[in-house]
Amino acid sequence: MTSYLFKNAHIVDPVTGTDTQKDILIVDGVIERIDEGIVSDDAILLDLAGKTVTPGFCDMHVHFREPGFEYKEDIRSGAAAAAAGGFTAVACMPNTDPPIDNASVVTLILQKAHGLTVDVYPIGCVTKARRGESLAPMVELREAGVVAFSDDGSPVHNTKLLRTALEYASMLDVPIIQHAEDPLLFVGGAMNESVVSTELGLPPISRLAEDTVVRRDIAFTEYVNGKYHLAHMSTAGAADAVREAKLRGLRVTSEVAPHHFSLTDESVRGYDSNFKMNPPLRTADDVRAMKEALRDGIADVIATDHAPHAMDEKDVEFVYAPFGIIGLETALGLAVTELLLQEWLTLPQLIEKFSTNPRRILGLEQLRIEAGAQANLSIIDLGVQWTVDVTRFRSKARNSPFHGRVLTGKAFGIFNKGRMILSE
Amino acid sequence: MSSLSIQHLLGLHEVPREDIQLILDSTDTFLEILDRPIKKVPTLQGKTVVNLFFENSTRTRISFELAERRLSADVVNFATSSSSVSKGETLLDTARNIEAMKVDIVVMRHSAAGSGHFLSTRCTSKFINAGDGAHEHPTQGLLDMFSIRQKFGTLEGLRVCIIGDIAHSRVARSNIYGLITMGAEVAVCGPPSMIPFDMEKLGVRVFTSLPDALRFSDAINVLRIQLERDAGADFPSLREYRNTFGITRERLDAAGKDITVLHPGPINRGVEIESEVADGPYSVILPQVTNGVAIRMAVLYLIGTKAE
Repeated sequence: MTSYLFKNAHIVDPVTGTDTQKDILIVDGVIERIDEGIVSDDAILLDLAGKTVTPGFCDMHVHFREPGFEYKEDIRSGAAAAAAGGFTAVACMPNTDPPIDNASVVTLILQKAHGLTVDVYPIGCVTKARRGESLAPMVELREAGVVAFSDDGSPVHNTKLLRTALEYASMLDVPIIQHAEDPLLFVGGAMNESVVSTELGLPPISRLAEDTVVRRDIAFTEYVNGKYHLAHMSTAGAADAVREAKLRGLRVTSEVAPHHFSLTDESVRGYDSNFKMNPPLRTADDVRAMKEALRDGIADVIATDHAPHAMDEKDVEFVYAPFGIIGLETALGLAVTELLLQEWLTLPQLIEKFSTNPRRILGLEQLRIEAGAQANLSIIDLGVQWTVDVTRFRSKARNSPFHGRVLTGKAFGIFNKGRMILSE
Repeated sequence: MSSLSIQHLLGLHEVPREDIQLILDSTDTFLEILDRPIKKVPTLQGKTVVNLFFENSTRTRISFELAERRLSADVVNFATSSSSVSKGETLLDTARNIEAMKVDIVVMRHSAAGSGHFLSTRCTSKFINAGDGAHEHPTQGLLDMFSIRQKFGTLEGLRVCIIGDIAHSRVARSNIYGLITMGAEVAVCGPPSMIPFDMEKLGVRVFTSLPDALRFSDAINVLRIQLERDAGADFPSLREYRNTFGITRERLDAAGKDITVLHPGPINRGVEIESEVADGPYSVILPQVTNGVAIRMAVLYLIGTKAE
């Protein structure tokens, strides 16, 4: 029986409405007591003065590349990066090889993740092989353990199939997570269409590729009463569409990636492919719209779209580089620096975006910090200033645009399944 | 003689006016060399220049090579057909391998915008961009500016309009950046589907009416319509393009003034420009080609002899 005693923890739990400074005694992975001045002889003692303890963070949008692309990342290294970033759970996207379009791949991933401190929840494909031609076996996938469906990396663009998918998945009460992008408008593009793409001569991706698909998808969701989650929202127009959908009470949710609230397409000057991702970095107006969407609850979730690539894949001409950046180990720092300190979000709101809301959308058990509950906790330091150094990342990949950036706020550690992992 | 502030010539964007002035002024000297019986000076003797051409080019490559040889540089040519690129080697590996053979200047043409920026931050050679995707073609921009200056004596206050497929044109971008820096008023003209997003924010006027554009202009730079580009993608047909935006004698006459005509070549006669205009009295198309060699000599000299 292993016990942990966290002394002087600032406990913030939006679910129970807790905001207090107390000690937490954890015995065998279960919170036994929360009180002042707890004493224990046999517990492992950790003084958390100055640290904040929250319900465990969940990143509902990561690419762990296994099976198929283990040289970029695998479940073990991805989970280590998640832990270092303060996450106790992740949902991994199915654009693997083979893709997660049948139960055996789900089982493989769950087996690989078994025993890790971070919970790994697979997301199944909407369509077989992500080809957008026919539905994947959703019931089989759900029974095997997937928490949502997505063809992420590609949109479900066939409108007939989109309707069917939204209808069919609604009986399982799991969301369709859409990578909203019109493939015809997107084709060949490398960066956001703006005066910067005009100046740089890079093939542009118009915001219309996202805006129009989100509007269309919402109409479908309303028509069939589907459950729809918009992945990596990046445009002001998409945020407007989600705002209207929420006002009408539709089952529509959305997420924003940290880079979409902290960088603009101005960063692409210099042609560094670490600033190339899809959706692309947008304009200052869009960044502001993402912050407003998070503040107003239009964006429910902060999710990283953690997309590891090998160094040699990224270190090529901008137009030939693959899309995507890693985000697990910088997400919290960016959220604190850009959102909390700039007063776009309160601390309970920030925790909702990282924990409560993604878990609710994926139908995971809601975490509570109270006696008798499983201890599933993120321990974060909201005051520490640090400089991002990609060489110290736990991820196999180094493709981050934030190398060298000074951030405030960093994960101190996580606690889950009776085990603690400290970030440093 | 003073020296450039820039280390490489990757584009004309944000190149200071003094640098452009210096290149244009030096070109006069090199132009004079081209009229001598022996068109060769020892300026770059002992220096090695590699022409890395990852995209088809005849005139730019020949122009650079002539410029290099007339400056007595040792010249090595590398084109995709004879390269290892087809074997899957990355641009970075190719460049580093060539650099390991101790070259001084790399002249590069590549289909990817920004490829010069990409390599110049990872290699130690001096880089001269000979065209990167739809981004820039700075020596073309400079030779166009030089040719206009040759005709008018100055660029300050001149009105220059670039006509054609602006969105895909590196020539347009280099002209725009350079001309604005030198005090010219710049416009573009073409079908709106070929004008890139938020073009006005680069400080240019946008015309979709050719007659209006011609009335504006002291000089026009007529871009080649790329016949190999998917016809019907950005405009309905070559016939309709010619009828709407083709530069004809009749349209120039209707503007009521003598407009200097430039074209970066190669010309599609009878498509974007009529032969009577291309070969006419206000055309500087052939002087452009001559000036191109002199401009490249000036650039190679100024970049190649600049102290580290």
